[in-house]
Amino acid sequence: MVIVGGIKMRKILAILIAVTSLGYSSAFAGTLVINTDLTDPAPKAAFEWAFKKFQEENPDVTIEVNNFDHEGYKQAIRNFLTTSPPDVFNWYAGNRMLPFVRAGLVEDVSDIWSDSGWVDGNLTEGMSHAKKPMTIGGKQWGIPYTYYQWGVYYRKDLFTMNGISVPTTWDEFVAACATLKEAGITPITIGSKYLWTTAGVFDYLNLRTNGYEFHMALTKGEIPYTDPRVHAVFDKWDELVKPGYFLENHASLAWQEAIAPMVNGEAAMYVMGNFSVALFKEGGLSDSNLGFFQFPEITSGLPMAEEAPTDTMHIASGAKNKIDAKRFLIFLSRADVQEEMNKTLGQLPVNSGSKVNRDPFLEAGLEMLNNAYAMAQFYDRDAPAEMASEGMKGFQEYMVNPDRRDKILERLEKVRQRVYK
Amino acid sequence: MPNSNQFTYRRSSWWKRNQQRLTPWIFLFPGLLLFLVYVIWPIFNSLYISLLQWDGLSPAIYVGISNYIELLDDEYFYISLMNNLKWLIFFMLAVPIGLGLAIFLNQTIFGIRLIKSLFFFPFVISQVVIGIIFSWFYNPRGVIGPFLDKIGLSNYAILADENFATYGIIFAGIYPQIAYCMILYLTGLNNLNTDQIEAGRMDGAKGLSLFKNIILPQLKPATFLAIVVTVIGSLRSFDMVAIMTQGGPYGSSNVLAYYMFETALSEYGYRMGYGSAIAAVLFTIMMFYILFFIYRMYQSEKKGL
Repeated sequence: MVIVGGIKMRKILAILIAVTSLGYSSAFAGTLVINTDLTDPAPKAAFEWAFKKFQEENPDVTIEVNNFDHEGYKQAIRNFLTTSPPDVFNWYAGNRMLPFVRAGLVEDVSDIWSDSGWVDGNLTEGMSHAKKPMTIGGKQWGIPYTYYQWGVYYRKDLFTMNGISVPTTWDEFVAACATLKEAGITPITIGSKYLWTTAGVFDYLNLRTNGYEFHMALTKGEIPYTDPRVHAVFDKWDELVKPGYFLENHASLAWQEAIAPMVNGEAAMYVMGNFSVALFKEGGLSDSNLGFFQFPEITSGLPMAEEAPTDTMHIASGAKNKIDAKRFLIFLSRADVQEEMNKTLGQLPVNSGSKVNRDPFLEAGLEMLNNAYAMAQFYDRDAPAEMASEGMKGFQEYMVNPDRRDKILERLEKVRQRVYK
Repeated sequence: MPNSNQFTYRRSSWWKRNQQRLTPWIFLFPGLLLFLVYVIWPIFNSLYISLLQWDGLSPAIYVGISNYIELLDDEYFYISLMNNLKWLIFFMLAVPIGLGLAIFLNQTIFGIRLIKSLFFFPFVISQVVIGIIFSWFYNPRGVIGPFLDKIGLSNYAILADENFATYGIIFAGIYPQIAYCMILYLTGLNNLNTDQIEAGRMDGAKGLSLFKNIILPQLKPATFLAIVVTVIGSLRSFDMVAIMTQGGPYGSSNVLAYYMFETALSEYGYRMGYGSAIAAVLFTIMMFYILFFIYRMYQSEKKGL
């Protein structure tokens, strides 16, 4: 009995020691736990560089990274924020972070943004233009480190062959589509299987027809979907859908699959984000035949706002090491750090003091965004998730059956009344 | 001393008397415990969640049956329900086709084992792989594109057609299911009573009448099993839908299982209460079927079949 008990006691002791030491090691000042889903090669390399650099500058801090796969992260974030919060985690700006902020899971970092109490921070200078999407209830909840532009990617050679110059107005754009269609080329390619591509088109039509404020009010649920101004957006959309200017069968294609017709020269334009450039080039296009232009003006004189989804870093409210977490966020907001990271990412740094890669698409994007009136996050990041999913289903259905517009908008209105009540 | 003797005697006798009754329960206990924790409790828990409005993060709000009331007015719910019905009906085709194949393959010629295993192959491939391969097939730029061109259906993508997307998925789903039914019938055919067939032949039965009156009744257990697994297969059509269309285009190929997942757990969902209400409806439908199945089993056990 005594021996058995002794072994048992020793075992229990050992477990106790292991447990407490585990607890200590994560609570130990100087360990920074970071949860990310940045497993794709470019983001991974960019962050590995940033982690190394941060540790060089702050030798007292040990960084512990938990990497999740991209899809799994969306589920995992809900669990780890409530049960075992890391110090720092990555997410997205706008309404996407709202549920977490509302549930009290995200730390208020307004002090970083106002540079109060932080010697090495300088966000008021380089980052103030990006403050708005990070603000909920007058406070800031994280910092953005990269974004990218949306716009129209097009085949330069197909445009020249058909005598089309880059359209800057809606009429020119529709005329270009007509010319291309006549020449047997699908004017605009799109793959709407996963729905969100349709929201890109809707957002731009809406931003150009009604402007940024309307976009924000609509995604905040302040405007009924049956409003005549929403109908006006669909009137413009009709001008593209009804003559068949979009790729056939887009509902069965993923966005990547819709790149093929453009690479093959069967389609000429794609309303897309800048991340698509890598895939275009993989398919064999180069800077000489792939071009980019800003989505043309519809309502003349309306200030041009752009879509620029922003990737962000946040601190969990349950973080154990908030001091180092804030130091890390300040580090990530620095111009030199963002410049270096975005070189690897192939995207645009948010800090206006950063320089951008020598790349025609990034340079065009940077110029466009620097002159932008405002930046929208994207329909599915500005609108709450439920509204976004129903909305994008509706957009897809409309693009296949434009005559069902009234029915679709009525259904969306019903959803709006439920979601925002 | 006699007293204590008596006492020990009684004690062992209580165990001896009840041993026969207790032993099965002791063996069943771990299984029952797991069943309670992982099956029974979640059922009641999700029935409870279906009465809440809850996003999984914020505190849940009790809303009574309003999730169910919303379901009644939800277009997508009816579409999903109808699609479940289509799955149930058309998936049944796997049973006769499987039977036909089994009879066709039930020969003794050289290499028939290899051919049988080739026919069984679809069942070995994962559903996910089948889903991906079929969506490549259906792609108008894919394998069947040129054939469709010839019959005047150029550029037709069945998975993008709201009226036929479901049938496209069912067709892909039925492909491994046929193999499964076939193997069930092949084992059944192996165990046929040759005496009865001989006797039948002597009585002048041949061809279709022999098949209908002698062989099919003997295959009844196989048929029963094939129908059961096919119904279950059609009700869990989740994976095919998730891989091939994600319920699209615009929800027209959704089924209840996927719709539940979409509302409760997908990127844009997290309406736990509403998702649970859908789950409750699906559970009720399954319950009818399961009760019928248990009743049939009970009846045939009684008959000693």
